[in-house]
Amino acid sequence: MIFIKKVGNQSYILSKPVNIAATASIVGPKEKEGPLHQFFDQCLEDEFWGEKSWEAAESKIVKETVNMAISKSGISSSEIDFCLAGDLLNQCIASSFGLRETNIPFIGLFGACSTFVESMIVGSCFIDGDFANNVVCSASSHFCSAEKQFRFPLELGNQRPPSSQWTVTGAGSTILTKLGTGPFITTFTPGKIVDMGIKDANNMGAAMAGAAEDTLISHFKDTGRSPNYYDAIFTGDLGHIGKDILIDLASSKGYNIKSNYNDCGVLMFDKTKQDTHSGGSGCGCIASVFSGYVYKMLQEKKYKKVLMIATGALMNSTSSQQGESIPGIAHAISVEV
Amino acid sequence: MKPIQSKEEYQTYVDQKTPNSPILKNCFNAFWVGGLICAIGQIIFEICKTRGIDETNSYTIVSMILVFCSAFLTGLNIFNKIGKFAGAGSLIPITGFANSIVSPAMEYKSEGYVMGVGAKMFTVAGPVLVYGISSSIIIGIIYIIFNTQSLILV
Repeated sequence: MIFIKKVGNQSYILSKPVNIAATASIVGPKEKEGPLHQFFDQCLEDEFWGEKSWEAAESKIVKETVNMAISKSGISSSEIDFCLAGDLLNQCIASSFGLRETNIPFIGLFGACSTFVESMIVGSCFIDGDFANNVVCSASSHFCSAEKQFRFPLELGNQRPPSSQWTVTGAGSTILTKLGTGPFITTFTPGKIVDMGIKDANNMGAAMAGAAEDTLISHFKDTGRSPNYYDAIFTGDLGHIGKDILIDLASSKGYNIKSNYNDCGVLMFDKTKQDTHSGGSGCGCIASVFSGYVYKMLQEKKYKKVLMIATGALMNSTSSQQGESIPGIAHAISVEV
Repeated sequence: MKPIQSKEEYQTYVDQKTPNSPILKNCFNAFWVGGLICAIGQIIFEICKTRGIDETNSYTIVSMILVFCSAFLTGLNIFNKIGKFAGAGSLIPITGFANSIVSPAMEYKSEGYVMGVGAKMFTVAGPVLVYGISSSIIIGIIYIIFNTQSLILV
């Protein structure tokens, strides 16, 4: 059996580039104060959005983002073959509760904060493999529900270390279609689990940077491309510390990404004004930055070739209390006009 | 930079890359805010005494007022800002203890009064209670042993 789409060890070139027909993004009030606010479709005034709990609010964000993406694409929801979504809450309830009324076959995904690109990879495979014509992909996170699940109560008067990151409240959705005028998903590199031995749950950037480096370099080796091939390379949520580490790690292997690389967690907030320490994190970070900012840049042809690497820390609060190190993962897709 | 070969090497590199907490600034803020809280307590105590309340009751009134203020400010979304600024300064006095009980109670209200507020109220304060009470029992036992011995010696 010959895998005609596979190149190198772990990269794949789609035989029919998958079209991204539309995107939608909704973010919370803190993100509204951030530098990218004008790119998002909707910014919420408060974290509850009229719901009784943060979990219900996150579900509503998912639901409304998916509905918005579907209506922007002009495709009726009955023509959408799959809905792929995930989030950070236990058993992915934000996605499944938010999408329970959509009436679209649903596949829940978990890749921690790498879920967004993971969903686009799976969606592209469905379309390129002729299993589907139209797929909706989505990922979300919510600062309050994530703090509640992973850290301390919000009203607790404690101090956050400088390496900690701020979970983005928000969601991004994309509609992938077989036909269209682009931007297109052309190549993807699913990542391996990489454990760098970091145990500090307040330093996720350092824990995930190794996985990001592994996927980045595998992608370049497999496809024969160099960092200059891309107008921009974005990682999901390495934050300020993780971004610096990735630049160092890549340069130690001979890849200079300094000039065209940035991190969505770094872009999302203004570090000095917003007191977000090392930057944004969460599934919603790369999801909303891609759906809001990067997609518009691609449409306006300001970027023509972009590599999106979503990074995830595959841990939960039990594993970190038991002293386990934090395994990281990173999935990459290239989006080209 | 040379390629990193081992996890230990990576840890050392990460430690060097990660900025430390501003310890001096944190200590200074903790010192004066903590001192201020204690001074407020002392003022309340003195007022109680001048009103003719005995010492034991005055101490109780001080605790009650400080706990109430802390819980009230927690509910108003103010105490977490004080805590972020002062760290141990607002955490160590009785105000921090009140905050650590009220904040999970607020957080888990959405899960109901029994399994939410009731069950989760002590998630932060629980360890302090368990080890605080346990260590006071141990110290009490030590005290009894040495105290009786000193009596025998006398």
